Parts: sequence; structure tokens; C-alpha cells
Amino acid sequence: MLDASEGYTTEDGRKIGGVVMEMKNITLRFGGVVAIQDISFDIREGEIRAIIGPNGAGKSSMLNVISGFYNPQEGEVWYKGAKRPPMKPYEVARQGIARTFQNIALFEGMSVLDNVMTGRIRQMKAGMLAQAIWKGKAEREEVENREVVEKIIDFLEIQHIRKTPVGRLPYGLKKRVELARALAAEPSILLLDEPMAGMNVEEKEDMSRFVLDVNDEFGTTIALIEHDMGVVMDLSDRVVVMDYGKKIGDGTPDEVRNNQAVIDAYLGVAHD
Amino acid sequence: MFYREAGDFKTSYTEDNQTFPIKFDRYRYYAVLLVAFAVVPFIINDYWVNAVFLPFLIYAIAAIGLNILVGYCGQVSLGTGGFMAVGAYACYKLMTGFPEINIFFHIILSGGITAAVCVAFGLPSLRIKGFYLAVATLAAQFFLVWLFNKVSWFYNYSASGQINAPERTVFGVPVTGAEAAPWAAYLFCLVFTFISAIIARNTTRGMAGRKWMAIRDMDIAAEIIGVNPLKAKLSAFAVSGFFVGIAGALFFSVYLGAVEVGEVFGITKSFLVLFMIIIGGLGSIFGSFAGAAFLVLLPVLLKNLLVGTLGWPTDLAAHLEFMIVGALIVVFLVAEPHGLAQLWRVAKEKLRLWPFPH
Repeated sequence: MLDASEGYTTEDGRKIGGVVMEMKNITLRFGGVVAIQDISFDIREGEIRAIIGPNGAGKSSMLNVISGFYNPQEGEVWYKGAKRPPMKPYEVARQGIARTFQNIALFEGMSVLDNVMTGRIRQMKAGMLAQAIWKGKAEREEVENREVVEKIIDFLEIQHIRKTPVGRLPYGLKKRVELARALAAEPSILLLDEPMAGMNVEEKEDMSRFVLDVNDEFGTTIALIEHDMGVVMDLSDRVVVMDYGKKIGDGTPDEVRNNQAVIDAYLGVAHD
Repeated sequence: MFYREAGDFKTSYTEDNQTFPIKFDRYRYYAVLLVAFAVVPFIINDYWVNAVFLPFLIYAIAAIGLNILVGYCGQVSLGTGGFMAVGAYACYKLMTGFPEINIFFHIILSGGITAAVCVAFGLPSLRIKGFYLAVATLAAQFFLVWLFNKVSWFYNYSASGQINAPERTVFGVPVTGAEAAPWAAYLFCLVFTFISAIIARNTTRGMAGRKWMAIRDMDIAAEIIGVNPLKAKLSAFAVSGFFVGIAGALFFSVYLGAVEVGEVFGITKSFLVLFMIIIGGLGSIFGSFAGAAFLVLLPVLLKNLLVGTLGWPTDLAAHLEFMIVGALIVVFLVAEPHGLAQLWRVAKEKLRLWPFPH
């Protein structure tokens, strides 16, 4: 087991830093249903951390706990070395945790550019009056942040749809715009909820490339949920496996692949 | 032919962000401003000002205000009439209480007071949405009208229960009261409309507008991105209330001069302004103007056509007018549910390519 501040080096030679976020004995209940039961794991700086598990395992609930949408009944969330008190989702976002959604949650009535610019909410602080006059701080901020946003738009290759209303875009592009919006926040941790869901092989390859590039270029820490095992095993540095709300495995893709509990959960166990 | 982006290269994000990115549009806008400020005041008479220009300008401000709340932030409000009444009565109290201060500031202050009232009545929006919120704002409508009828302090204990605008001047020229010249009243309102439109445009294209639209399109996602729903919704109520209050103050002081609250600022006013933004186009500043123009000009136009040109009896024309306006509203909404602003956008898209089909 690694020390919290100590890093490690991945197989492909990337340096992974200390712990950014640590979940300690998280339990989440909805009435009588226990969605997450006593789960602990950590996310380290610069790594791609996957959470996998069969349907209903509690993966999305786990992501919702991280992004502050649910407050767990028991357990602690430690972020950047401090215990995080129960918070509203927007406060969590302002601490630097951005996410995408399983079913795209873009603002359909706004253009791609506006959607991505909304991601800069943490960085844009001009008051209402400054914006009403549109001189000085408001205008300067708008231009500065536009430059950052344009870089991300370039990076994700969505320049041609910059001014298109999001409602008119096809599914694959929407997923990419959503990633752009999350990236625009320059998050310390990027949470991706099934980024490849509903995509064909080609789109999946594109998306995988973007996820790797984001991690590589910006050094963003990524936590992702994904069902496509091939993708998960290729992309991630470490994997948490959940089943029925419990953690049944944690480690590198190879370790997880050979874990008997994981094999049982996915393939079933013979009753004899 | 002239309506092209081609050849008009933007070299900075400021240029790309401007309100009218196409050169032709920009010049058209300047031309409209020039005519509105420098030509119209010299040629209008009393009839034009009272029948067309003043109601159009004032309703445009109210429509901009409501559009920010309903069209941009997605919070349905049926309290516009009541909030206009707040603006009107605030203006009246300020005018009579501090006669030495310029009316210009009275009207802006009335906007501020209305903003505060609007925020108070916007608090339920944090818990309820859609139709239910509409009903909650309906409470504001009835409560405010009742309040201004009941508490005689608001109308300075006058026996009639009416409020009357005393004469006030700007640069020595009377803009309210019986002595106000048509052009002065027109220019006074035009300045407010112009500034309101610019402020509304600036707030909606910046981060404030994005927060509002994010709340409108998907409030849960907005919150997870970092939009504080409390602040976003209440700021929309505040900005909306500010404009609606200004519209109410102008409606009372410059346009009507005397107001009886139940008659002028009743529920019908709320619906009228709501119809304006629905017909004009939700979430569009141009739509606010188009909707106000549609509902103000169309009756006048029909009246002139039926009574003036065709020589029909006035009462018959009046009834027919209602029917025709109603029918036209239905036709418009069926043809283009997103309002006149959308028609305008489609026309511009077509124009950009004309005369080529693709």
C-alpha cells in the first residue's frame, strides 16, 4: 500500500503524485436501500482512475457523492488534505471538481461557445454592474476567458460548431462539448460518467484519445465510470470495482483482471 | 447581396463578441438610432406620441424586463402588472416627496425599489417551478394591487384614490404633466428604452446571462457546474424588476399622467406583457421590441384601416379588431412558436445566402 504523499510511476512511465481525494468508509443509503456500503479509495494527482462494476453497483452514486450531489450518511470525503464538510453541488464545483453526465446535460438553448464559457464560471467574477456597462473588468474577463475556451475548443476539435446551438448537434459531438465544458473549468479532478456510452467504435476511439490527451497535456486527474471493459483497461491507471454497493477490488487493470471476486461478479458463480 | 459576413474579418474576440457582427446590421442599427433620436422628435405630433410611440417604448422596457425573467431565466411570472404598479407608486411618492430632485433619478430609483419587491416575491422560485411559480407570482399581482388600493399613504390620501403626476422638467423642458410637449415625452422615454436595451443586452451576453440560461435549460446541471441557483434566480428577478419598475414609472408619469391602480395595472397588463414576449420571442431582446410593436401597433393599424380607410362604424371596428388581433396571434404562434424573433433570425439566415439557394 502506498503512502498518501508518495507517488508512483505507471507502466508507460507517467509520474503520479500524491492523494488529491480520499473517500473514507463512505456509506450512502436511500431509505432502506444501501447504495454504497463502507467504501474507501483514493484518487491521486495526475492519474486516470476508473470505477467499474455491473449495473446497479453504485458507481454513479459514488460519482454523485464526489461531486456533492449526494451527502453520504457515513464516512468522510477528504479533498486536498482537508476534510470536506457537507456542501452544495455548486460549492464543490467551485473547489475545482468538474463532471460530465451519463445522459448529456448540456444547455440546449445556448450555443456551443456559451456552453463552454459557462464552464469558466469559477474564473469569471465581474459583478452585475460591470457586466451591465460592459466596460473594464467585464469585457476584459470575457476576452481573456474566451482565449482559454478557444484553446479547449481547438483541442477537442469542435471549432466548426462553435456558434451552433447545442440542441442541433448529434450525440457524439454533444458528448465532446460536454467534455469541453467540464475542461473549461480547469478542474483539479475531472469526473466522467460513462463518456463512451452509446458511441460506435470510431467515436469511442476518438473519445479515448481525448481523455488520454487531456490527462497528458493538462495533467488533469480523471475519475471515470465506464462499461466498456476494453476501454477501461486500456485507459486507466488504477481501477475500483464495485458490486452491490461494496468494493470488491482495487488496483491496476492487471490486478483487477485476475481478481477472483471481480471475475465472479462479472461472469457469475457456479452454484453446485 | 450586402448582408454578408464574407470579407468582414474579425481579428479580436471583442469584435467577434459584438452585438451586430455583420456590417450591414451594424449600419442598420445606427440608422435606426439616428432616425429615432434625430428625425422622429421633429416630425411627431400628439396623436403619434400617445397612440404609438409612448406605449411602444414603455411596453418594450416592460417586455425586456419580463423577457429576462421568463425568456432567459425560465421563471414564469404573472405579476408584471403588480410590479409595474410598484414602479408607478414609487415614482409618485418620490415625485411628491422630493420635488427638488430630477425626475430622471426618481424613475431609476423606482426601478430599484421594484427590483427589491420583485426579489421578495421571487423567493418562492427557489422551491417551486413552472406553472406553480406562475400561480405564486399571481399572488403578487393581486396583493400589490390590493395594497395600493387599501393603504391611502400610497396615494397621499387623495379623495379619488388616484395618483396624478405633477409637472416635472428635465433641462427646463417639462416631460410630465399637461404641459409636456410630445417630443419631450418621446425623447425622455426613448432614452430609457435605449439604455434599458443596452443594459439588457450586456447582462444577457455575459456571465450573468449564461447563468440565467443555464438555470433555464437544466437547473441541476447548472448547479453542478457551479451556478448558485439562489443568486442566479434572484438576480434575474432583480434585473427584471428593475426594468419593469422603470416601465411602470414611465407608464404612470409620462404616458398616462393619472392612474387608478386596479384599472391600469390589473391582471390584464400582466398577460399583455407576457403575450408580447411570447409573440416576440422568448430569450431575445429584439423579440421584446417586436412583441411590443406587434401588440401596440396592430390595434392602431387595424383601427385606422377599418374606421379611417373603410369607413366602418367605430363599435363594429372595435370588436373586429379584437377578433383579428386574436386570430393573428394564433396564426403567428402556429406558424412560428418561437416568435417574431425566430422569423427574423430565419430571414437573416436566408438573406445571408441570397440569391443562392445554399
